[in-house]
Amino acid sequence: MSTPTIFRLTSLHTRYQFTETIRVPIAVIGTTLFPSLSLLFFVVPQPFAQDPRQATAAAAQLAIFAVMTVCLFTYGVGVAEDRALPWDGYLRTLPVGPLPRLTGRLLTGLAFVVIGLVPLVLIAWLATAATLPISRLAMTAAALLAAGVPLFALGITIGYSLSTRAAMAVAQSLLMPLAFGGGLFVPPNMFPGWLDAISRCLPTRAGRDLVVTATAGTDVAGTSVLMLAGWTVLTGSLAVWAYRRDQGRRFR
Amino acid sequence: MEILARTVHATRRYGPVTALDGVCLEVPAGQLLGLLGPNGAGKTTLLQLLAGLRRPTSGTVELFGGDPRMAARRRRLGCTVQETGLPPTLRVHEIVDFVGGHFANPVPTAQLLDQFALTGLEGRQSGGLSGGQKRRLAVAVAFVGRPDLVLLDEPTTGLDVEARHLLWGAVHHYHQGGGTVVLTSHYLQEVEALAERVVVIDQGRVRADGTIAEVRALVPARRVRLNAPDLPPLAGVESSSRVGDRYELWTTDSDALLRELVDSRVPFRDLEVARASLEEAFLALTSPSTQTLTPTPVEMAR
Repeated sequence: MSTPTIFRLTSLHTRYQFTETIRVPIAVIGTTLFPSLSLLFFVVPQPFAQDPRQATAAAAQLAIFAVMTVCLFTYGVGVAEDRALPWDGYLRTLPVGPLPRLTGRLLTGLAFVVIGLVPLVLIAWLATAATLPISRLAMTAAALLAAGVPLFALGITIGYSLSTRAAMAVAQSLLMPLAFGGGLFVPPNMFPGWLDAISRCLPTRAGRDLVVTATAGTDVAGTSVLMLAGWTVLTGSLAVWAYRRDQGRRFR
Repeated sequence: MEILARTVHATRRYGPVTALDGVCLEVPAGQLLGLLGPNGAGKTTLLQLLAGLRRPTSGTVELFGGDPRMAARRRRLGCTVQETGLPPTLRVHEIVDFVGGHFANPVPTAQLLDQFALTGLEGRQSGGLSGGQKRRLAVAVAFVGRPDLVLLDEPTTGLDVEARHLLWGAVHHYHQGGGTVVLTSHYLQEVEALAERVVVIDQGRVRADGTIAEVRALVPARRVRLNAPDLPPLAGVESSSRVGDRYELWTTDSDALLRELVDSRVPFRDLEVARASLEEAFLALTSPSTQTLTPTPVEMAR
């Protein structure tokens, strides 16, 4: 046999991450079910659930919320927890670089995002007037992915720069402001002017605009794309910095 | 001889604390090296530098001729999980398969589990294993990649006698097959039985480096005990203590000391002469009170 290739190592780490995460089902259910339940309880009973445009936007917003939950908790808190364990130090003595491990994490998170989106899409399809023509499916998935990149980088930054407790506190205090402020729960056209101005500076708002316009097939605002790109560069740099400075725990 | 690992004036600081202070060490292929030192001496930090877990603050660290922080340099390295930090939800065979998957030619899982008396536990989640079983698994994974060098940090801590024998047997077997081992242990007798070379570290510095006989020669290696009403000053005594009539004398030459004692005509009785064990030699080297006896251990280490 030969030295494992980077592909074999990536597949190895993806399987390992996935298995380890799925063995604690309650953690998976907690992060993946909340967006679907929000749709079921807060959107389905409302009159606007029967308006195709508004219902589709509501489902798209909650889809971003699902992505953000996985990013902040699976990546943010999960990475911080792993780093505190001696097992993580052991993994760093194995002949594997950061790329297969990070890719494994990324793919595992992606799998759980998909698992979380399945009930959400089913509920939106069966119980609301939301529609998404097949022709816009790929564009919507791409928009969701693009909206998720800065959130992923934010999670990685939190995970690699903070202790478990601090990561939990930061993730929780970021989740709700980013969700409300980004218009994931209440559509931004209901915001007062000052809130809308703040909202436009948030990565979640830019991502939300991108995904909602992708589902509607309308043109996306250039400012949203710029804002998302800016956040991607900023959080991406922070994530690389946090990963590089990490040497396991801060004490011996 | 090939040098598998090397530190050159490696210093590691954590803020104001200096954990390692200018350590120079070479690990040649095929050697079984025991690292000794009190808690906090810097042994674990040294192993972490060699495994690429930490950068030295200054100086250099080499593993198989390169930087241990590069993954490719660690292909011939095996390490233990320091505490029992195995992922609790993964099954025994999943952990072994996962670690083995990083290497070109891993030991088949069944064979490795058999060697560490873990057969029959393949399907068990590691969180459900006993303390001794976890510890054996944590050491077993160090060998799954057929490494040329293994770093074992306290591999037998918390194990019963039987499990310790099993582990030492595995280490011995690996070493007989040409493997190189750097290990730390609290069980000095076992280090004494297995290690060809001993490096004593204290306060981040190498205090002694040599064969067990050489390290023992650095300290007063003979202990003479006797009962006597009062002893006159004796030239051969390096240090002494007294409880009631019972004296304990440390000397490098017990024969000369005995001649001196007899010549002094002191009425002594219950004479005992013993060779210091490595443990005693080691305690003498690292305890502050007796360090004055060996004023230049650092020079002697070279």
